[in-house]
Amino acid sequence: MTDTMTIASTESDAMTADQAGEIEALLLETIDRLSEDQASRDVREAADQGVFPTALWDAVDDVGLTRCLVPEQDGGSGLPLASAMRALKRTAHHALPLPIAESMIASRMLLAAGLPVPPGIISVAQRGSDGLLARVAWGEQATQLVVVEAHQGAACVSLYAGKARIEHKARNLAGEPRITLATDEMERVASAELPQATELLQRYGALARSAQMSGALERALQLALQYANERVQFGRPIGKFQAVQHMLAVQASHAAAASAAFEGALDGGDAHPAELPVAIAKARISEAAGQGADIAHQVHGAMGFTREHQLHHVTRRLYAWRDEYGNEVFWQRRVGQIIASAGADALWPTLASL
Amino acid sequence: MHEFRFDPVRLPASAQALRGEVRAFIAEQLAQGRFDPRVNSWGSRDPAFSKACGERGYIGMCWPKEYGGHERSALERYVVVEEMLALGAPVGAHWVADRQSGNQILKHGSERARRQILPQICAGECFFSIGMSEPDSGSDLAAVRTKAVKVEGGWKISGSKVWTSGAHEAHYLIALVRTAPLEDDRHAGMTQFIIDTAKPGFSTRPIYNLYGGHDFNECIFDEYFVEDDMVLGGVGSGWRMVTGELAFERSGPDRFMSTFQLLLESMRQIGTQPNEQEAAELGRLIAHLATLRRMSTSIAGQLELGANPAIEAALVKDIGTTFEREVPEVFRKLIGVEPSLGHSADYAENLGLTTLRAPSYTLRGGTREILRGMIARGLGLR
Repeated sequence: MTDTMTIASTESDAMTADQAGEIEALLLETIDRLSEDQASRDVREAADQGVFPTALWDAVDDVGLTRCLVPEQDGGSGLPLASAMRALKRTAHHALPLPIAESMIASRMLLAAGLPVPPGIISVAQRGSDGLLARVAWGEQATQLVVVEAHQGAACVSLYAGKARIEHKARNLAGEPRITLATDEMERVASAELPQATELLQRYGALARSAQMSGALERALQLALQYANERVQFGRPIGKFQAVQHMLAVQASHAAAASAAFEGALDGGDAHPAELPVAIAKARISEAAGQGADIAHQVHGAMGFTREHQLHHVTRRLYAWRDEYGNEVFWQRRVGQIIASAGADALWPTLASL
Repeated sequence: MHEFRFDPVRLPASAQALRGEVRAFIAEQLAQGRFDPRVNSWGSRDPAFSKACGERGYIGMCWPKEYGGHERSALERYVVVEEMLALGAPVGAHWVADRQSGNQILKHGSERARRQILPQICAGECFFSIGMSEPDSGSDLAAVRTKAVKVEGGWKISGSKVWTSGAHEAHYLIALVRTAPLEDDRHAGMTQFIIDTAKPGFSTRPIYNLYGGHDFNECIFDEYFVEDDMVLGGVGSGWRMVTGELAFERSGPDRFMSTFQLLLESMRQIGTQPNEQEAAELGRLIAHLATLRRMSTSIAGQLELGANPAIEAALVKDIGTTFEREVPEVFRKLIGVEPSLGHSADYAENLGLTTLRAPSYTLRGGTREILRGMIARGLGLR
């Protein structure tokens, strides 16, 4: 690939909004190009069978996407959270089978704890009460793990390196590896206290999956529209039938609402995102994900129910991601608790401030 | 394919300041016992309240000062409108005039119409109704049969309009009327007229609605004479004008906040420590509402920039009204109160009235099916 863009370094420490916007636009274009050039059908199918797409990862790494949240002085590009999340949304639009979200979540967790972000494939996990790390994304391929765990009663973020012991291998509905691991044969390279680390991990995870679902919903709509205009039955494209048009209108509404809810979670600047907007986003978008994917399949008929058509790359991800880092009911409950506990009189001032 | 745009909008500081002013105004009105907030806000007409709004500069906010307006931005108006709805203010009397009729007169009316009518609207003393539907013309507006015949100095209108909200209390109607016979171009030959309801040849008859209220009317035109300068825009341009205003009519907070007062009352029923199911159901509605508000403010921002996001507005109205209708359904099941109709202002009454109002939300201002057709057109399917 000749026209790859590596995120440029800027001279000042803090990036201006204009600079961030420019870099973000370039990054989105780069993701489009890179996906078209390198995420071939063969690469995707191999990834579905559990083969890590190393060349594709290297390409994504080369353009600076995996370290885009790391400050410039530490070899990253210091992008604001919102820009990174929009880039993540675009990678999900293209259904890139890589742990890009995990790199971003790990970066934010390490930085929040004041720890450096190492190069390589990083995944992220919460240590369970059984001592294991359950369903770690790409847990087998990751060379480092960021683990949220308790040390002497304090919540900590720790970085582990070395070979994890595999307890259980599974994949999510999209075929992405979700591996249960033990860390007893790994080295704990660094660790630091971080108050509310568990909640923060859950929040960053929910934000990242919201970005990804929003991108996948956009793509599912594009595919459904394209198919409805091409597929001819009863002598005309099925998109000419009112029943199909109305389904697609509803699908478009889900995609638009998902994008709006996602943007709503990015409003807080570069601090940790606030809980309520993220909870709203994950609740709204997880609900939209299933309904949007359902309609995309209904429109595609039997063709979309095959692995021969590309639709499954996005719909299986939607069906998987809606349940990760808390499904819609989990987050609806959080929203409901936050809103109810403040009382009815606080509802409107709260909504008006979002 | 049309690319749907819901770019985020940040409300200007002036709009945020206005929010505080409106809250203080409403608090003052409530303290004086001027209205009961547990009502259907923009369906409740209270001329005295409208006059107070006019005095405060809350009507015709974006119109030029020379016509009584206040030259504020669309986002400032948005904040005032959403605050009114959130606080359950009885804004119904001036609603249609402020939301759409005044805009049409400003853009397409004669100078006499502007000078005579707009300052009165801004003062909160002049109310409008929308004269579009007819017995044989609901969603299919091109089927209107009320017709105008050219006479010396104006037009004579004969026919009838139905389901005309508030016509019995309105000073004017904007009526869509056929001025040329129906031809191949079904949308040609229609014209909008400003109808003064006090003049001879115009009369109304109540049509009681689902909850027994008098909101709808039949409006009868019997050789009603209207002057040439009360024609809106050019003769034959009615369809273009009607469709040109849809983004204003369909994207506002009135398309998802009709049941906001019931939502608040339901929260009071549930209390501050909801069980898991209550929390989830409430949280789901809030997630939808917060998202709708973002989409709606985004459209206000686009209107401010002079764009005409009619398709986005149709989309907001479709999911907004779907949300409004869900609110009474969710709480009916969750709280388990039998809804009732009576004269008390308790929860059962609020639930009962809202339940019987709800079917209108996905009909008025363009049915769900018409909206989905528009969205499909925007998606390049028709």
